[in-house]
Amino acid sequence: MTAPTEATAPATVRPLSAGAAAYLLVLRNLMVFRTQWKLFVTGFLEPVLYLFSIGVGVGVLVDGFEVAGQEVSYAAFVAPGMLAASAFNGALMDSTYRVFFKLKYDKLYDQVLATPMSTADVARGEIAWGQLRGGTYSAAFLVVMLAMGLLESWWALLALPAALLIGFAMSAVCMAATTYMKSWQDFDKITLVQLPLFLFSATFFPVDTYPASIRWLVEATPLYRGVVLCRELTLGAPTWASLVSVAYLLVLGAIGLVVVRRRLDTLLLT
Amino acid sequence: MADLTFADGVGRQVDYWLTVWKRTWRSSVVTSFISPLFYVVAMGVLLGGFVDADPAELEGATSYLAFVVPGLIAAHAMQTAVGETTWPVMGMIKWHKVYDSMLATPLEVQHVVGAHLGAVIVRLAATCGVFTVVLVPFGVYESWWGPVLAFGSQVLCGTAFAMVVYGFSTRSKSEEVFNVVFRLGVLPMFLFSGAFFPIANLGDAGAAVARLTPLWHGVNLSRMFALDHVTWWVAGVNVAVLLALCAVGWAWSVSGLRKRLVS
Repeated sequence: MTAPTEATAPATVRPLSAGAAAYLLVLRNLMVFRTQWKLFVTGFLEPVLYLFSIGVGVGVLVDGFEVAGQEVSYAAFVAPGMLAASAFNGALMDSTYRVFFKLKYDKLYDQVLATPMSTADVARGEIAWGQLRGGTYSAAFLVVMLAMGLLESWWALLALPAALLIGFAMSAVCMAATTYMKSWQDFDKITLVQLPLFLFSATFFPVDTYPASIRWLVEATPLYRGVVLCRELTLGAPTWASLVSVAYLLVLGAIGLVVVRRRLDTLLLT
Repeated sequence: MADLTFADGVGRQVDYWLTVWKRTWRSSVVTSFISPLFYVVAMGVLLGGFVDADPAELEGATSYLAFVVPGLIAAHAMQTAVGETTWPVMGMIKWHKVYDSMLATPLEVQHVVGAHLGAVIVRLAATCGVFTVVLVPFGVYESWWGPVLAFGSQVLCGTAFAMVVYGFSTRSKSEEVFNVVFRLGVLPMFLFSGAFFPIANLGDAGAAVARLTPLWHGVNLSRMFALDHVTWWVAGVNVAVLLALCAVGWAWSVSGLRKRLVS
């Protein structure tokens, strides 16, 4: 065979940089969401409603708790829990139901992979989008907390990156889990994990409510790490031990990301 | 073609709904029983341990658990009812077109609506019934007849929601609106209609708004019976409101489906 002449040579495909690829996928999500702005706006309401109901309504009946040596009102105790739980829930919804739909019904990723984008780009792009959305909600929620006088120190500024970290870790792990899903029935298992994490991760009451035999289990769950991290920051009481939570979530997210990429390779490229 | 009576028309679909139930009950176990039980343990038992149980502040309840349980079951009946009459109804109309095939037989619109809503009510009764029984060992009931009447209130509450929302679903073109219904209707009611805390905590204006929501009528009724702390005229109002919603919802559902699929 002769070497192709210049006229028939395939146009060289310039590989996209990781950033450019993620940007394109985020842009695609943004365009889709423009038609569903009601969903976007109302998504922010959920944690705020929980805060007002449980924090304020039920809070009247509860005396408040002692956290790191200071007495805090029940609302101030619950609010950071809601911030973390909302980052967790949002990431979970985006990276399970939506991703499953795109993977199985829309065949979106098959189309994406027909372009110069790779499976790693898909993982990074989807997670980046989830972070953008979740980050908007978290920032708005922090403003609500500020207006209600529930932020105790400047450390609270770091609660936003903390919420993003929770979102990142959960997105990666949940997306990895989604790649193993076969039908909508499997999503019952997601609820079965999500709801106990939401309710029992020291979101609504302190972890010392549990007997020691269960307590270690709660302390080892990712949402618990996120909740205490946010609480330490909004109450202005971070310690060196907070870094354990940060490292835990970073490692969890990194593992999730690797699994997602491998699984997408098997599902879509073989 | 001889016209079917209502009972006949509904009766002919019993085997259909029985088959659906047989194939799907497993996946409903999680949402029907396990999820609300998590709420009871987290909110009622664990958080409740921190609540000063003053019956004067808790509408007559001697513990937060006893206060929250009847409200939670009524709220759960609402969620089940709305869940069963939104996406599934749209599926029957738009995606699977099961209603079309049913209406191609001698069945009429009111029979189809009656059988579907009947199936929802059976499911509500099963869910609320199991729940009520499971909670007996928690010692939250004050008398033997209280939980029975409370159970009736919860099913009535769920039925009212099912009938109204069914009517709404027959008129919805796209399922996207259901997410908004959940976020702007179901969730705020779940959180603010007295299931978790006495509506008196909302202040006078807030309590007045809460009393306007259908869920409050169900929660209040269910709680008064469970705690054996009944103000009979209020109970009468609660029942009347829920029954009125059922009646309006029924008419709205039948006319909605008729407009959508027949005329």
